[in-house]
Amino acid sequence: MQNLKKRIKAESEGFSFQDLQGKQRVYFIAGVLFIIAMPVWLLLDPGNSVAFVLFLLSLLVIQKMKLPTWIKIVIVAFDLVLVIPIVGQTSGTFARVATMVGIYAILSLGLNIVVGFTGLLNLGYAAFYAVGAYTYAIFASRQAGKFLSFGNFPLSGNWFWLFLLIALVVSGFVGFLLGLPVLRLKGDYLAIVTLGFAEIIRLLFNNMNSPINITNGPMGITPIQAPMLFNIRLNKPVDYYFIVLGLFLLTVLVIRNLQNSRIGRAWVAIREDELVARTMGVPVVRMKLLSFSIGAGLAGMMGVVFAAMQSYVDPTSFTFMESIIILCMVILGGSGNMQGVVIGALAVIVLQLQILKDVSNYLTQLATNGALNLPAWLNPAKYERLIFGLILVLMCIFRPNGISPEKRVLKIRQRLGFAPKDSGLPPLDAKEVK
Amino acid sequence: MPLLVVKGLTKTFGGLTAINNVDFSMDEHQIVSVIGPNGAGKTTFFNMISGYYPVDSGTIVFNGHNLTKLTPEKVASYKIARTFQNIRLFQNMLVAENILVGSYMSMRANIADIILRTRRMRREEEEAYEKLMKLLSYVGLAGKEGELARNLSYGQQRRLEIARALAIGPKLLMLDEPAAGLNPRETEEMKNFILRLRTDMNTTILLIEHDMKLVMGLSDRITVLNYGTKIAEGTPDEIRNNDDVIKAYLGVEDDEEADGFDIMEVRA
Repeated sequence: MQNLKKRIKAESEGFSFQDLQGKQRVYFIAGVLFIIAMPVWLLLDPGNSVAFVLFLLSLLVIQKMKLPTWIKIVIVAFDLVLVIPIVGQTSGTFARVATMVGIYAILSLGLNIVVGFTGLLNLGYAAFYAVGAYTYAIFASRQAGKFLSFGNFPLSGNWFWLFLLIALVVSGFVGFLLGLPVLRLKGDYLAIVTLGFAEIIRLLFNNMNSPINITNGPMGITPIQAPMLFNIRLNKPVDYYFIVLGLFLLTVLVIRNLQNSRIGRAWVAIREDELVARTMGVPVVRMKLLSFSIGAGLAGMMGVVFAAMQSYVDPTSFTFMESIIILCMVILGGSGNMQGVVIGALAVIVLQLQILKDVSNYLTQLATNGALNLPAWLNPAKYERLIFGLILVLMCIFRPNGISPEKRVLKIRQRLGFAPKDSGLPPLDAKEVK
Repeated sequence: MPLLVVKGLTKTFGGLTAINNVDFSMDEHQIVSVIGPNGAGKTTFFNMISGYYPVDSGTIVFNGHNLTKLTPEKVASYKIARTFQNIRLFQNMLVAENILVGSYMSMRANIADIILRTRRMRREEEEAYEKLMKLLSYVGLAGKEGELARNLSYGQQRRLEIARALAIGPKLLMLDEPAAGLNPRETEEMKNFILRLRTDMNTTILLIEHDMKLVMGLSDRITVLNYGTKIAEGTPDEIRNNDDVIKAYLGVEDDEEADGFDIMEVRA
């Protein structure tokens, strides 16, 4: 009990600078300077993509710093709520990258429930993303009018908010239906079936343009209504950024609550040892279905945001590669760790949309100036997959459990008014245990 | 009325009859051991009660409920808990979480409670937490709640497994070789622990064990299996002097050699 209290005290107080010695102090000061300097630099020079990438890096550094939690929250909130939107006003691309990071962070959080918590390998996650995207796209464009004789389409952007919920339910239900037969399978077999299912969904969307034109087939659906709030159109990059930020916080909160509950523990127990979990009375089929549906539902919700933001959906956005990239984020970041998978999403998206593009732009610039003669096939943007592959191989060697591996911490929110005696084995009242 | 009644239980795997027409019954508050040479079908017997395999023929009735065709989670809902021969903990979960999984059935919070973290849900978590702290100190693992189960020592893992089973609040506790891998002193402790468990938890205990000293020291009754068939049943004294049992353990045909042999010495 003494230990427990000490630990709680230590956890709540964080740390003191005096505890650090020698080099640690230097690192600490450097870290603090870094996390303060980067947002400032970015604010002063909002178009600079080096500053932007380093700024995003500083968000990761904050996580790793030994600082009291409230200070971390203040800095992160400042960065997310003020710095990114302000910079986003001048540079739409940065807001867009930040939004994509948010969308994929939620997607990987959703997939993490299935893969990381429950241990079900799902290779077809993009299918649920597609279901959500099409759910909104069909009704928020003229498409629905092509096969429905009633109603007035496109629906206005005010419906966007309701569709977030509708898509969540619809995708969750599709996940449930798929789960019913499929979750009897284990490991590799499950992976293969989910993969096949995702392809079926994609091909369905690709071919449902005749005899009734529901999805407009390979042509895709466009234009799709942008969201509206009280009849104000929200179609600027910063608007989407805030929508995604809100959804992200909500998702984190919900998953966190689920994780620290009988349901979250049941999921991990199933991952660890399914038979034993059943022996403890965990209804395994129901829990797996729940995990699968919640993961699917989150993907569907983000599909709506994606459709609205792009104002265009077609089946090529939801290929097998898309599922794999989301899975990469989960595994790269640290399967089972919420913080980890968000880091994974950040790393992959920033690499994909920012760093590789920047380097390749820089090189083309050099080439046009004549300073460097670079053949077109050496363009770094073309080596995205290769670079991913390399990163994954390196991760396998050096950090097989991801950038930020799963770390289980006892959440002691409980009141601590009781003190079981440690001396020997105290008599136990059976009623208390039963 | 007996707590657990098994009648004509049979299970075959391919051509092998693992359990052959076994009748078995035990009363509430008893400690009953199932012994037998390696491959006698003891663990299969446990697994069938737990609902792991479909029963070929026969019935299992517990406390008036027919368990014959139930799944493991349904069996658990009748408050039957068990441990495993080769410890099966949730290795990458904390000690506390292992026990909380055991409390799963006693918790009522639904998904809405959990997402909104209602007061009802939080109170339930608090209660479960208090219960687990009591259980931990009961099995001598106080202060370990924040460690990963896989980081515990072997003996501690055994105790955690028992604590997890106790979290169910079992009417019947099945222990599959609780003393496997323990040294003589620890085995003695385990014996006392199991005896105390019965009174403290007001439960009934069915155990598989190879250590004869342990079995003879704490069992009210003993059932002996050999090649899937029940060959003897009775009090420790009866079993100790049963010729069939001695034969099964030694495979001796010459009666003279078997004479005077004390089964207490046998560790199969």
